[in-house]
This record gives sequence, C-alpha cells and structure tokens, in this order.
Amino acid sequence: MILLRLYWEFLLVGLFSMGGGMATVPFLFDLSQRTGWFSAADLANMIAISEATPGPIGINMATYVGYASAGVPGGMIAPLGLVTPAFLIILLVSKLLSTLWQSPKIQGLFYALRPASVGLIAAAAFAVCAVSLFTWDGSLTLHWPSIALFGVMLVAMNLPKLKKLPSVSFVGIAAVVGILFKMTT
Amino acid sequence: MAKKLELFLTFARISASCFGGGYAMLPFFQQELVEKKGWLTDEELLDLNAVAQCTPGVIAVNTATFCGYRTRGVSGALCATLGILAPPILIVLVISAFFWTYADNPWVQYALTGIRACVCALIINSTVKLYKKAVLDVPTLLIFLGAFVLAAFVGLSPAILVIAAGAVGLARQALRKGADR
Repeated sequence: MILLRLYWEFLLVGLFSMGGGMATVPFLFDLSQRTGWFSAADLANMIAISEATPGPIGINMATYVGYASAGVPGGMIAPLGLVTPAFLIILLVSKLLSTLWQSPKIQGLFYALRPASVGLIAAAAFAVCAVSLFTWDGSLTLHWPSIALFGVMLVAMNLPKLKKLPSVSFVGIAAVVGILFKMTT
Repeated sequence: MAKKLELFLTFARISASCFGGGYAMLPFFQQELVEKKGWLTDEELLDLNAVAQCTPGVIAVNTATFCGYRTRGVSGALCATLGILAPPILIVLVISAFFWTYADNPWVQYALTGIRACVCALIINSTVKLYKKAVLDVPTLLIFLGAFVLAAFVGLSPAILVIAAGAVGLARQALRKGADR
C-alpha cells in the first residue's frame, strides 16, 4: 500500500512544483514532516546525492526518497509519479502551446506562481540550513565548523573563476574537508 | 521502431552525461537535439524551455516529453520520457543501496557533515538565482515574502500556497483587464 501512497504523493509534488529540481524540495520537506518516511537530515543528504549524480535533480530526489521509504520498488514508483502530471499536461496542450503560453491569463498566473515557488524554496533552504548549520531546541546551538565551511563554499561558488564548475566538485571538496576535520553536528 | 529506440537512447545519453538538471541541461539539449539530430530548431528549443519551466514538474523531463511528442506522437513522448528517466533511476538506486549500508560509518558521517554545509550553500545560491528571475516588483516581492513566511514559520502546506498564489495571479490579471477598459 505504501507504493500506491508514494505514487500519489509524488504525483502531487509533480503537479504543484514549478521551476525544476529545487522546487520539489519544499514538498519533500513537507512529506518528511507528515509521513516520517525520512528525516530532514536525510533530505539534506538527498540533495547532495542528487547534485552529485547525473540526471535531472527532481528525478534523483524522487528515486532516493522512494528508495528510503519503500526500497527498490519505491525508488521506481516515486519518479514515475513525479512525471505523470506534466506528461499528461504536455500531451494535452502541446498543440496549443505557443499560443496558450502567451495568453495574458497564463502570463498573469505565472507572474504570481514564480515568486511563490521561490518563497517555498527559500523556506525549504531555511529548513535545510536549520538542520545543518544550527540546532534549535529551546536554545540555539551554532555549528561553527559547518557555518565556516558553508560561508567559504558560498563565496567560492560565486567567484567568477569557479562559477562555471559543476556543483558536484563543491560537494566533493566539502566531503574531503568534512573527513579531514572530522566534522560532526 | 528504430526512431523510437533512437529517441529513448538519445535522451538516456543526455540524462546520463549531465549533472545538475534544469538549466544546466539546456546546452546538452541544444547540441544533441538541434545540432546533431535536427529534431528541433533553436527557436523551438527556446519556446520549449519557457513552456517546460511553466509546466509543473521537472524541466528536463518536460523537454524530453515535448520533443518526443513532436517527433513521434504519444509513443514517442513515452520513449523519450522513459529514456531520460532510466539512467538516473538506476544510478540513484545503486548509490542509495550502497549509501544506506555505510551511512553509520563515522568517516561517512564526517563527509556527510561537510557535504550538508555545502548543500546549504548550493540551495541558497540557486534560491538567489531564481529570486532574481521571479521577484521583479513590489507585488512579486510581497508574494515571495508571504509564501516564505507562511511555509517556514506557519507550516502551511506548499500545495495550498501554490494554489493561493495562482488565484492571486488570476485575480490581479482580471482586475487589470477591468481597469484597462
């Protein structure tokens, strides 16, 4: 039964997430809170694995979450659920695409959907940082080594010379730094 | 049949060779689909990218579905979509199985702690990039802040917030149309 539930949950994620891979993160965070199939820390690991493996991030995340929740069949069902809504929508509207997408109504719709989607991603980013950089359980504990590494990585990613490097290279460097300094949270 | 297999294999190859998804895949699509196969023109690819970003779901998968449909109808769409799905599903399944076996190893934990700090930087970086494209004026800033606060601190479901934002967009469009008249 968990497979059916997984398919349905991911169908909803596929229907409501706009703007690619990272847009699925707020929905997955919501899913972890509601079902307890995986934790927020698992989600942060999933993002890293998804960035570090080839293929679209959304698919990687769905496969990983599906596997964590229900083994190999789960890992196959979840991505299929994720792509079902868009697949049907594209088949239905592809003949009308160019005219439909320039209509003022659709433009007006996406004018509001895009910032909302970014707001959701920002909230998920906050949740992921809350797991990795600090802990809040009545009192605030800051994980300074992680915060320092986070700061260095954020600056490095935006340096003109390093900007073009694939994300996987930053993930790799961070893993080595973590091992060298025996980092824990 | 040969064409369908070609669709499957082409998208499987693109999917397997490209890290990062979404925007990062555009140059791969351009090279394979426009320059090598001639299945799409540059203009079609741009339109398609705009549409794929507006359609819910995964941008790269939407591009594959659309291109497959253009080339060979519904069965073409199916082949192209399965093609782009197959490699990441297989690779991630193998990695996940491996990962869960070693997840408790202390060295793996050290590496993951470092990686999670890096993931925070990655996700904030891409949030900033998306923010620049989506938040253009005061109304979009308010929608952004509203969605952020309600999701992060009130814990409203993201699906409800997406529906609410869609309603705001349509209402605003209707009001503007009324004002123009």
